[in-house]
Amino acid sequence: MDITSHRMGDALIVSAEGRVDGANARKFQKAVENVIADGDQAVILDMENLSYISSAGLRSILLIAKGLQKRNSDFAVCALQDPIREVFRIVGFDKIVSIHDSKGDAVKALGG
Amino acid sequence: MEHPYKILVVDDEPDLEPLMLQRMRRHIRKGRYTFVFARNGVEALERLNQDRSIDMVLSDINMPQMDGLTLLEQIPKVDPNLRSVIISAYGDMKNIRTAMNRGAFDFVTKPVDFKDLQITIERTLSHMQEWREALSYRDRLVSIQNELEVASRIQQSILPSEFPDDLRYQVHGHMEPARDVGGDFFDILDLDKGRIGLAIADVSDKGVPAALFMMSCRTLLKGVAIGLSEPGAVLAEINQLLNEDNETFLFVTVLYAVYDPTNGEFTYASGGHDAPLLVRSDGTATLLPLTDGIALGVVPNLKFKQHTITLEPGDTVVLYTDGVTEAQNNAGQSFEVKGLHQIFAGKMSSVSARDGTDSVFRQVRDFMGDAAQFDDITCLTLHRDQ
Repeated sequence: MDITSHRMGDALIVSAEGRVDGANARKFQKAVENVIADGDQAVILDMENLSYISSAGLRSILLIAKGLQKRNSDFAVCALQDPIREVFRIVGFDKIVSIHDSKGDAVKALGG
Repeated sequence: MEHPYKILVVDDEPDLEPLMLQRMRRHIRKGRYTFVFARNGVEALERLNQDRSIDMVLSDINMPQMDGLTLLEQIPKVDPNLRSVIISAYGDMKNIRTAMNRGAFDFVTKPVDFKDLQITIERTLSHMQEWREALSYRDRLVSIQNELEVASRIQQSILPSEFPDDLRYQVHGHMEPARDVGGDFFDILDLDKGRIGLAIADVSDKGVPAALFMMSCRTLLKGVAIGLSEPGAVLAEINQLLNEDNETFLFVTVLYAVYDPTNGEFTYASGGHDAPLLVRSDGTATLLPLTDGIALGVVPNLKFKQHTITLEPGDTVVLYTDGVTEAQNNAGQSFEVKGLHQIFAGKMSSVSARDGTDSVFRQVRDFMGDAAQFDDITCLTLHRDQ
């Protein structure tokens, strides 16, 4: 699991790579939270290179989203690989987290 | 076991004492249990204060002087690690829920079925044993690995050890824990009018907090399911209860179904859980439609849709967790729903429920080879007999 980040307009794009499972979900959450600055109003988690996420990983995403919601920042995920999109659909997370096809779409939707 | 477990029975009905001693005589003779009795909450507290060797409390709710619910509030002040089981009227959701909120571990309903009571007592004692070990491990500050072992034994202690014995249908389930993870469980519940409730669930984390969350999910499920007959309503109620007090942000995916053996009706609702596989007696295998529910414990005030199908004689339904479909081999490929399909498709489904569960585990193991198991693998099979 690897985390990198860059800015696109007003949005912070956090790109995750590899797998997030029970063994590294907490590390993943800390790593994402660490790259988010206090002033970030829109955070997009780019999952293009994420190959697997377990339910513990989904919980990390939920915690990240709740943290951002508390300070009124926007959060979205984008570029989900098919199996991960299916996991989001089954668990019902597609109804509580906004999902976009690409970084560009996500930035546009968050008003960046 | 060197000493018998000491169980304090609290009930104002004088008949219960001789009945309990009579029905449990085998276990008393074998040195497994010993019973002491109290007639109300006040007497019970006196006993608990005098006798520190009591392991668990089994209490009625309605009693003079001090009732069972008040007693539950007082017990932790005497010993926070004592476990209590409540005897309540059938379907008395209000009191059951209050009892659970006050820390009751489980409950049995009146009229007391002593076989069920004995299973509940064993489960409670086994949980308590794990809990005591967990505490002593913590005291000794041993590594996290031991804590995970404790969590996994807590998990094992809540799984059903017996399956229904009925000529019209069979149910069989199994859970294979991953080394480090403990999040799956399943349960089989006796409902009214001979119906049964089937649940399979996956909690979103590992370790002791997740294991305790799992315990409370199981208890809530059992409590809610006997009061409400619609699976969608059951999930909505559990979701509400989990959201009332969820600081941990743990969540659980649950597939809950009610099966009616008189007409083969199988009604299910999903809270973020994988869709069941239906295998018809002619070997046609199809994934049942998802009911679009969100995992429980995430968002309050949700409604859950449900769906009903009819099982014909010889049909089978397979419930499973994502540990099955996401099992990986050394080449990094996943078993997928496709793999599950292939186990059943095209085969005349003369299988028993046990065969169904066993073949899932066999095929998944063959597929994985010596690759590591990342997640718990659980499968629960229902088969309508010919």
